[in-house]
Amino acid sequence: MSNGQETSQETFAALEALKEHYSLPSLTFSVPRQVQGLVLPVVIAVVWEALAQTGILPANWLPAPSVVVATLLELLRGGELLGHIGVTLARVVSGFLIGALAATLLGGVTGSSPLVRRVLDPTLQALRSIPSMAWVPLFLLWLGIHESSKIALIAVGVFFPVYLNLLSGILTVDRKLLEVGQVFRLDRVQQVRRVILPAALPSYLVGLRSGLGLGWMFVVAAEIMGASRGLGFLMIDGQMTGRASVIIASIVLFALFGKLTDLVLERAAKGLLGQRGIEF
Amino acid sequence: MGLAGAHRAALDIRGLCKDFAVHGGRVTALQDINLTVRQGDFISIIGSSGCGKSTLLRIIAGLETDYQGDAEFEGERINGPGLERGVVFQEHRLFPWLTVRENVAFGLGGGRENSRGESVREHIDLVGLTGFEQAYPHQLSGGMAQRAAIARALVNRPQVLLLDEPFGALDALTKIQMQEEVLRIWRAEGATMVLVTHDIDEAVFLGDRVVIMSNRPGTIKRIIPVDLPRPRDRGSYEFTHLRSAIYAEFFRQEDKPFAYAI
Ligand SMILES: Nc1ncnc2c1ncn2[C@@H]1O[C@H](COP(=O)(O)OP(=O)(O)OP(=O)(O)O)[C@@H](O)[C@H]1O
Ligand SMILES: [Mg+2]
Repeated sequence: MSNGQETSQETFAALEALKEHYSLPSLTFSVPRQVQGLVLPVVIAVVWEALAQTGILPANWLPAPSVVVATLLELLRGGELLGHIGVTLARVVSGFLIGALAATLLGGVTGSSPLVRRVLDPTLQALRSIPSMAWVPLFLLWLGIHESSKIALIAVGVFFPVYLNLLSGILTVDRKLLEVGQVFRLDRVQQVRRVILPAALPSYLVGLRSGLGLGWMFVVAAEIMGASRGLGFLMIDGQMTGRASVIIASIVLFALFGKLTDLVLERAAKGLLGQRGIEF
Repeated sequence: MGLAGAHRAALDIRGLCKDFAVHGGRVTALQDINLTVRQGDFISIIGSSGCGKSTLLRIIAGLETDYQGDAEFEGERINGPGLERGVVFQEHRLFPWLTVRENVAFGLGGGRENSRGESVREHIDLVGLTGFEQAYPHQLSGGMAQRAAIARALVNRPQVLLLDEPFGALDALTKIQMQEEVLRIWRAEGATMVLVTHDIDEAVFLGDRVVIMSNRPGTIKRIIPVDLPRPRDRGSYEFTHLRSAIYAEFFRQEDKPFAYAI
């Protein structure tokens, strides 16, 4: 009995010693949580840079990050870049505002009146099944090649996610909360203002965010199809002149401004919803 | 029993029947309910799941208006909710986007000035939530949320407070605490209380009368007066005697009493 115990103790000690002997220095270096997401992009950029510098990646096909940065700086010095950014931002923002406003009004009305919903919603749902790009020729015909056709396309893209999310937010309001409103004798208007709209807010904000994402997608499409200014134009220009670095610089700018505008919305939403304990 | 001086009938229910349409057929939820509640009375309603307790309470609250027979509040047929009848639901049903203070003030109408009013402060204090006025529902414990819901129902000073298994989701200790609290509130406000529960102990501890309902269709089986002075001692002979009497009454209606008695 005691013998067995001794043996197992000896084995244990031996194992500990072995572990001590062979233990590797800890490989985990600590990266602050907030920047852990940056590790992979940085690694990719470094590898990419190395591959481009050594000529493994052809420069005209995939220029090095340093070349892209240089191109960005060059464009900035040329003075035209800020103009392109401004034009694209203005298109996205105005298309977003128009689309979101229309969606909010229509979603609000169809959400609060069953009659309007029965009349309007089937048509809107049918329109939704049209691929948005199919509108382009019609918009060009109606509105010409200038700003309005582009803004209209963006607005159409923004409209549907906002409309659908607002409507479903309104329609899925907890019946139990509506009953509380009834118990306190709220009339129809008060019920909408004090219960339905606040309850539908999270879903509405989700709609706004995905609408904004689509807005950015559609501005690229609109600008590629015909524009003389804007980031999309810059991309096409890069393609025409065979400068991949200009195309990649534009892509980086789209990503940057798309993320920035989304961040603005996210912050606003957090401000509105954080208090409810809803993660957004 | 009830509070001194108040003996007018607040609720008068005679021959009340209620059925629901369920896939083509009809299900009888309540059949021939007769119940008179005097002003200031504390009534406990007890019965097994599905016997129609909530339906009865919802009819009194005015949330179900399509019923047969008579349901009168202060001599008038009930055909919709009214501020004189406050409701506390089984789940707290607080608005998640409002603070405790704003939730409690909800029944007073919108506007900031209301939520700062004396009545709001008083009722938050009454349910022991002073210091939590700015908290949101998700920051409250179950018991605190239920207390906030009680304050919200009381802030309009209803003459009748309808409570549908308000402590069903709480642990035994919190529940006992909440029962004491409800008694205190009842004394402070002087409202008529109608409390639905499936807890015999709770029914006897709180009620002036215990209404025992039976299942399928939902009818009132018996109404047992609880003539014990308050504060009631749950361990006293009279209390336990009454409790087992109700217990026996309860299970006599079932087909297989001993399946439940274990
Ligand atoms: N809206 C409704 N539509 C159809 N049937 C209903 C409806 N509400 C209640 N019922 C039926 O009426 C009966 C009584 O329901 P009720 O909710 O009043 O029971 P309860 O006594 O409150 O039960 P519990 O203790 O489980 O809450 C049940 O058979 C239920 O299925
Ligand atoms: Mg119920």
